[in-house]
Amino acid sequence: MTNKTSVTLTVNGRAHAIAVEPRRTLVDAIREECGQTGTHIGCEHGICGACTVIVDGEPVRSCLMFAVQADGKKIRTVEGLANGDELHPMQRAFMEHHGLQCGFCTPGFLMLAVGVLEREPNIGDEDLLDVLSSNLCRCTGYQNIIKAVRAAAKEMRGK
Amino acid sequence: MTAHAKTQPTKGSGTKWVGRAIRRLEDPALVAGLGRFTADLPAARWVRFLRSPVAAGRIENIEAPAGALVVTAASLKGVKPIKPMLHKFNYKPIAQPVLASEVVRFVGEPVAVVVAASKEAAEDLADRVVLTIAETAPVVDATAAAALGAPLVHADVPGNIVLEGRMKTPEFDAVWAGAHKIVAVEARSRRQNATPMEARAGHAAYDATTGRITLTCTTQMPHLTRTAIADIIGMPESDLRVIAPDVGGGFGQKMSLASEYVLLVWLARKLRTSVAWTEDRRENLIAGFHSREQTIAVEGAFDANARLIALKADIVTNIGAYSCYPTTCGVEPLMALAELPGPYDVRQYQAHARGVTTNTCTMAPYRGVSRPVITFALERLMDKAAAAFNIDPVDIRRGNLIEKFPYTSATGLVFDEASYRQTLEMAVKAVNLGDFRARQKQGRAKGRHLGIGFATFSERTGYGSPAFAARGMEITPGWENAIVSVDPSGFVEARIGSSPHGQGLRTTLAQIIADEIGVSPEAIKVVHGDTDRAPYGWGTFASRSLVISGGATLIAARKIRAKLIKIASHLLEADARDIVLEGGHAKVAGTDRMVPISAMARDAYTQTHRFKGEIEPGLTETGSYDPPGTFSNACHVAIVEVDVETGRVALEKFLVAEDAGRIINPMIADGQVHGGVAQGIGNALLEEIIYDESGGILTANLADYMPPTAHEIPPIELHHMETPSVNSITRAKGLGEGGAIGAPAAVLNAINDALAPFGISIDEMPATPQRIRAALRASEKAA
Repeated sequence: MTNKTSVTLTVNGRAHAIAVEPRRTLVDAIREECGQTGTHIGCEHGICGACTVIVDGEPVRSCLMFAVQADGKKIRTVEGLANGDELHPMQRAFMEHHGLQCGFCTPGFLMLAVGVLEREPNIGDEDLLDVLSSNLCRCTGYQNIIKAVRAAAKEMRGK
Repeated sequence: MTAHAKTQPTKGSGTKWVGRAIRRLEDPALVAGLGRFTADLPAARWVRFLRSPVAAGRIENIEAPAGALVVTAASLKGVKPIKPMLHKFNYKPIAQPVLASEVVRFVGEPVAVVVAASKEAAEDLADRVVLTIAETAPVVDATAAAALGAPLVHADVPGNIVLEGRMKTPEFDAVWAGAHKIVAVEARSRRQNATPMEARAGHAAYDATTGRITLTCTTQMPHLTRTAIADIIGMPESDLRVIAPDVGGGFGQKMSLASEYVLLVWLARKLRTSVAWTEDRRENLIAGFHSREQTIAVEGAFDANARLIALKADIVTNIGAYSCYPTTCGVEPLMALAELPGPYDVRQYQAHARGVTTNTCTMAPYRGVSRPVITFALERLMDKAAAAFNIDPVDIRRGNLIEKFPYTSATGLVFDEASYRQTLEMAVKAVNLGDFRARQKQGRAKGRHLGIGFATFSERTGYGSPAFAARGMEITPGWENAIVSVDPSGFVEARIGSSPHGQGLRTTLAQIIADEIGVSPEAIKVVHGDTDRAPYGWGTFASRSLVISGGATLIAARKIRAKLIKIASHLLEADARDIVLEGGHAKVAGTDRMVPISAMARDAYTQTHRFKGEIEPGLTETGSYDPPGTFSNACHVAIVEVDVETGRVALEKFLVAEDAGRIINPMIADGQVHGGVAQGIGNALLEEIIYDESGGILTANLADYMPPTAHEIPPIELHHMETPSVNSITRAKGLGEGGAIGAPAAVLNAINDALAPFGISIDEMPATPQRIRAALRASEKAA
């Protein structure tokens, strides 16, 4: 398993020409070959969602995608959410509503919520709860994550 | 929804920051993806642990490919086993080798470690190592292990009983004999895993210049990790630095020493390079410490007025294969023994607690330790007693809760001022019990089964070293030190021995310091989790940090305040009594004379001659705090609907009325309660580590071991009271564990209330649909 394939991962607008084994997961490539460690690995079974990133506009569990499958695609991670020094409304809302404690699941929740709200800005509260139940958090009991995402959704719609 | 009510106004006006829901200072980095977690570090070498695939057996051979670097127990000459001690009760010390030697005792036990240039190469190499283990008969269940003739997990522990404790009050027998009614319940908790979202990880790096090792790892106790590893390896403790960087949750699981970290330090020293390990989720679920597996049989003796006059308990804890370090396996059974009477005024008590070793993963503390289970047992007892007396569950609690303080319990614990009765009344009012009962009745008529469950409990928090000494622990992790300093530029730093990992302590301690020295919290940096930077301390666990580290920080900050006032009185030529510290300045009250703290700090280092020998040079002060402990309290209420066809439980509402003394930051306090309640709901309904008869684990991923998602957790309604504690100098009580302590009992009581028409009692958690359906089927058959 040592034959490497050349791929280009475009992470937050920057192209990374890297060589990876076909079995390399996207999350490992993002963290190690591209050096973006903000995306976390929680289970590697596609269950917890800590590794959620946005690939070509869709939230994806990056532990369930191979790096070679993301060749040439546009990948967004938590490091690319802010616009320079200006935080994304979702990041601000998580801070304002105490939507994080240890912060380990946070990048995954941020990317999940941003990815969904960009596609469906008018998503209803119940559907939003369905979406948020795809990721796991062990600290917050979800109360403030839900609050934060609803607040950010409102702000994102207002723009 | 949150309501903050105060029983009495907070004393000491002039507080500006304490009590305010300011945003956390931890968050900007974490939301930007700039947190630094252990697994983010690059390493020269990666390891993979080879773990036992069987629960019990003798290691016959370990065959490695030629040239591979594989370390086994035989390589570890001079490395001692992990052997925590208790010097009280009947405790048989058991030793855990860092790598299994000769025998294996649970599925997942590390047997060998392979080293390679990358994680993938280490995994590939591990696949090529052949372990030959001759299986022997395992014991998995605690009752089976304690039975006569059961196979022994440790040859030197007869009957597999590692720990035994007894307690009996002198007049117990006489009072018991005079009981009007005896009510019994056998409450059982299945095994759980704390499941922090970040599994464990370690990274040990050798420094060629100094010969020192830096171990970065996901620990809740960095200093004790250093002490323990230095002892086990036999290296100077000064040659080891332990860093707990951002840690992705712990909940107790990251408190106990991981043998894997010992191996990493040993390897980094031997190979003179950096060596790393990132635990995968399967490893965490099978070998990352388990908790909660306990059976508690309680019997309550009640007088004719439904007053609990005597309580009898038999506590059996499955402690797994080894005794966790530093608390020992006594942590669950001995806590149950001492704290079982809970918030009730019962004078006579008899209890027997046993810790039984089995061929399962080692048990360790998890949020609440024994209290979720003892509260479950006791609150089921109260509900059953209420039914036996045909009174309301609320009324039986009203009649039995402690109301006079300080209160010395039957086991000798001193309860400080609290609000057991008031929080119960607050919850009853908020939940509108009358309306609920009407709705329940209407529902039943239509075949819908709604139920309400109450749990009232005490939460012992912030206890110092005497509490651990009372258990006979060789290591008594009670006190804390804090060092607050202002450097010559005026920068304020607090270095603490606690090691928060999500609790927001950098923010709350900054709020405490800010009020003392008159600067804003944003200007204060709290440093923790690095043994080279922080003073020796015990870390973060047991709802202690805000009370104990907060107390030490307050003491140090008060010393800094006194010194700043002295300096200011010299510089401003004013009476010290007229100096106020605010807005980053010392001011003479009622005048416009002022001097910035940064200038005073500079002078404290560079112009000491101006203070005529009255002030010691520099601006650094230490605070130490070792409090007796304080009791938080709460009443939890769950409203559920049980689908009797499927056994599914849906939570409609969860309500908490709680009192943790003075609240330093209400936003953070609410978050702690939310998270605890969610874990308690998971424990009550979903989470279970399941072993098969041969000791294999059936729940090795997060789809089989099911922490709750946003769907299973209903809106949690919080109500607060603040009864400031005299046993805590900040007046704050701890509240990290309470949510997890009360929720299981409230949920189980609600399920049983819903199912009351069927005449069944579900006294086992998690109350899965299978268990509920099995109980309903049994009742149908009986009918």
